[in-house]
Amino acid sequence: MLETAFFNLFAGLAILSGMGVVLSRNTMHSVMFLILCFFNAAGLFFLLDAEFLGIILILIYVGAVMVLFMFVIMMLEVNVARLREGITQYLPLGGMIAVILLIEFVAAASSGVFADGAMATAAHLGQEVNNTKQIGMVLYTQYLLGFEIAAIILLVALIGSIVLTLRGRKDAKYQNMSAQVKVRREDRVRKVSM
Amino acid sequence: MVGLSQYLIVAAALFSLGVIGLFLNRKNVISILMCIELMLLAVNINFVAFSHHLGDLGGQIFVFFVLTVAACEVAVGLAILVSFYRLRRSIEIEDINTLQG
Repeated sequence: MLETAFFNLFAGLAILSGMGVVLSRNTMHSVMFLILCFFNAAGLFFLLDAEFLGIILILIYVGAVMVLFMFVIMMLEVNVARLREGITQYLPLGGMIAVILLIEFVAAASSGVFADGAMATAAHLGQEVNNTKQIGMVLYTQYLLGFEIAAIILLVALIGSIVLTLRGRKDAKYQNMSAQVKVRREDRVRKVSM
Repeated sequence: MVGLSQYLIVAAALFSLGVIGLFLNRKNVISILMCIELMLLAVNINFVAFSHHLGDLGGQIFVFFVLTVAACEVAVGLAILVSFYRLRRSIEIEDINTLQG
């Protein structure tokens, strides 16, 4: 009973804040709504016995990715009025596609294949089960290659974003190594006859 | 007990909201990135719901990978955005037509 109440709370707030992300006029408000949406999705993850992923979602998304979004929005001076014009132009097309998608998804989800009668919902795991430990047991054995590929992807993204935003200062003084090595006696010493 | 199909419907609603957002905010790259995040979140909810439903941890591992890739995508996308803003003083999609695509 309590679980259903919490599910309704988290799901309703997630969908409402998702609407806020799409519809709010200010980009900063969109980011705030997205943060709320992530918190509610983390709540849904907790209800599904995925504590580790819920915590990871809050730490990585709210703590890192959304803060990055906020930094970028604050740094860039965006003309909001120009961005919002013509918003109703695409509403019919986008709304139609999204409604068709939603109808299809809901029809598939409630078709009875995933209903409780056909496939019983798994009961909750016991309190002694440690989700983090279990994920670690699987992640470092069965999915080790994927884990390493994820590490390499993170490294590439790290280097890539640094290279993209790196900007050398024009007025800074740097050493030119090759010029220093290639220097000859004639470049530095001048004989003067007194 | 909350059924699997209810979680699927919530994820479907979030995904459709992301699709609507892609169409509505066609001018703002940051909004488009946020809508992509919303769609990835919906996919993650589906993964976790099925993982719990089937008693298989593989779904949660894949959510882990999706989170990794999404974080990388946001980092690189925002870096491109910042360097583009330095060049053109604008982040509108219509101004990003240098490649004539």
